[in-house]
Amino acid sequence: MSSIAPLTGAAQSEPPLFWLRLRRSRAALVSAVILIIITSLALLAPVIEFLLGVDATRVDLFNQYAAPDSTHWLGTDEAGRDVFVRLLYGGRISLLVGLVAALGAAVIGTTIGLFAGYHGGWLDTVLMRTTDGVIALPLLPLLIVLAAIDLSKLGIPEAIANSEMASLYRIVFIIAIVGWTTVARLVRAATLSVRTREFVRAAEAMGASSAKIMLRHILPNVVSPIIVATTLSIGVVILLESVLSFLGLGIQPPIPSWGNMLTNAQELATRAPALAIWPGTVIFVTVMAFNFLGDGLQDALDPRSVRR
Amino acid sequence: MLAFLTRRVLGMTIVLAVMSFVVFMLIGLMPGDPIDIMIASNPELTPADGERLKRLHGLDLPLWERYRNWLGVALSGDLGFSRTYNRPVLDILLPRLGNTVILLGLSSLAAIAIAIPLGVIAATRPQSPVDGAINLFCFAGISVPPFWLALIFILLFAVTLGWLPAGGMGAPDACLFARLEFLVLPVATLTIASLAGYTRFARSAMIEVLRQDYIRTARAKGLGPARTVFGHGLRNAMLPLTTIIALDFGSLFSGALITETMFGYLGMGKLIYDSILGNDFNLALVGLLLATLVVLIGNFLADIAYAVLDPRISFRALEAA
Repeated sequence: MSSIAPLTGAAQSEPPLFWLRLRRSRAALVSAVILIIITSLALLAPVIEFLLGVDATRVDLFNQYAAPDSTHWLGTDEAGRDVFVRLLYGGRISLLVGLVAALGAAVIGTTIGLFAGYHGGWLDTVLMRTTDGVIALPLLPLLIVLAAIDLSKLGIPEAIANSEMASLYRIVFIIAIVGWTTVARLVRAATLSVRTREFVRAAEAMGASSAKIMLRHILPNVVSPIIVATTLSIGVVILLESVLSFLGLGIQPPIPSWGNMLTNAQELATRAPALAIWPGTVIFVTVMAFNFLGDGLQDALDPRSVRR
Repeated sequence: MLAFLTRRVLGMTIVLAVMSFVVFMLIGLMPGDPIDIMIASNPELTPADGERLKRLHGLDLPLWERYRNWLGVALSGDLGFSRTYNRPVLDILLPRLGNTVILLGLSSLAAIAIAIPLGVIAATRPQSPVDGAINLFCFAGISVPPFWLALIFILLFAVTLGWLPAGGMGAPDACLFARLEFLVLPVATLTIASLAGYTRFARSAMIEVLRQDYIRTARAKGLGPARTVFGHGLRNAMLPLTTIIALDFGSLFSGALITETMFGYLGMGKLIYDSILGNDFNLALVGLLLATLVVLIGNFLADIAYAVLDPRISFRALEAA
């Protein structure tokens, strides 16, 4: 490969080519639209709550399991709360957790991948063996242990450990510290190939520090796999959040999340099957949209990938 | 061969040692001290008795020393008692492990048996409507929350149609055949959870293989499409698939935990979950380590299967890897 042509050529044609390639993937476009709609609805939850004239937090035991009508679009749950508006508020939490935990995992994974790929040698061996070890572990039982530990025993002040938002911070944190493995492997692989390119050699020859080379020269060239892996992992995180919250170990009520809205669904399955169907369907559709979007981004960002 | 075995056993030991340390420390951070629970449930015990009991069991020591003591006793073969069952932990874990192995075994076999034909069908007709449908199915499979799928199965097949039991295990002394109806829904849930991933890998591995020169040679020498695909293609495509399936054992166990909990299936996943929530720390610790060991042995067996499937790979090559 000649060293000049791909550099200038790629730099100029990348943005339009990227959009052309992404537009070609219909599934990715439809997914992006669906995600924009779900996110906007979740962000507008207080407005929609006001317009419908309902209060999502108000318990009304005289109006349990109400059928859908013009006020309660999806009816009410076992405590008489509006299911539709609670789904929107739950979406804020589930999407927030998905986004932040996936970004956290991406930061950890990128750091580990860059160090392993750039430094090589024993550091690479140790980091990648650790990654393989974490991938092979049965992660869900470990996450359950992590979700069950007493934060105040870690020396975290009681006020924070017992606050309503503690379950939110905790779940973001524990998912990020186990979810970095995919990004780390992809970034390492990309770093290995970028490391040997001429501009990295030139920077080394000019005496740039290894930190500067990793941040300024390698990182911008491994952004594509990071974007793809992060998009895909948002879906994985939303699934993990939902199962932990469902098991009662994730987001704690009264804060609604798509997962904890299903906690009572199994006992109520005969009485109110709709309560089981709606939150699950929203999780399913959202995760599927993130997966299709990630897949489309992969095809669009990787020039070597052939649609096959 | 001996060097390979030594290396792998050493690697597994390291993972187990690290895992036991991490889990021991984490469990030390869990709320609810067993002695405190004992005192709360027995009015005749005073706080002073509690202090004495803690000293007697070494619970007043720092976590690090408690781990060292535990490790010493565990290595001598005594894995301790379960607090809630009042029996040696292995007596409780081993029958549960058997149930989990049945569940995992049946669903892995089902997933592989469905994934390979689906992958081959999709790979031999890329971009066709059939390929598109299989692709859509795969995306659905990796996106559906497994616990919700179990819930939908219960709603549909147990509550609405009444064809199958919503959960449980059947009579404890019944043979496997009599318990079959209790296995259908858990196995189906777990199969779908892993099927989608396997199918995608089978498809991409098969497409990669079908582009190779030896496939063109096979076609050129007049071999029929079936013999080309199955005789020459599939065996080579199985190799990357074996690796993927091996790496998947850990998440398969996570899936088993969800499935067992949803269907009240008395396996090890549910036992670990219940013991963590029930403050039965020793049972949780040994259960997690046993689960890790099972996963590691699964990985190990897959490596051996890899060498058996690929005559080019000798154990010497595995040693170098």
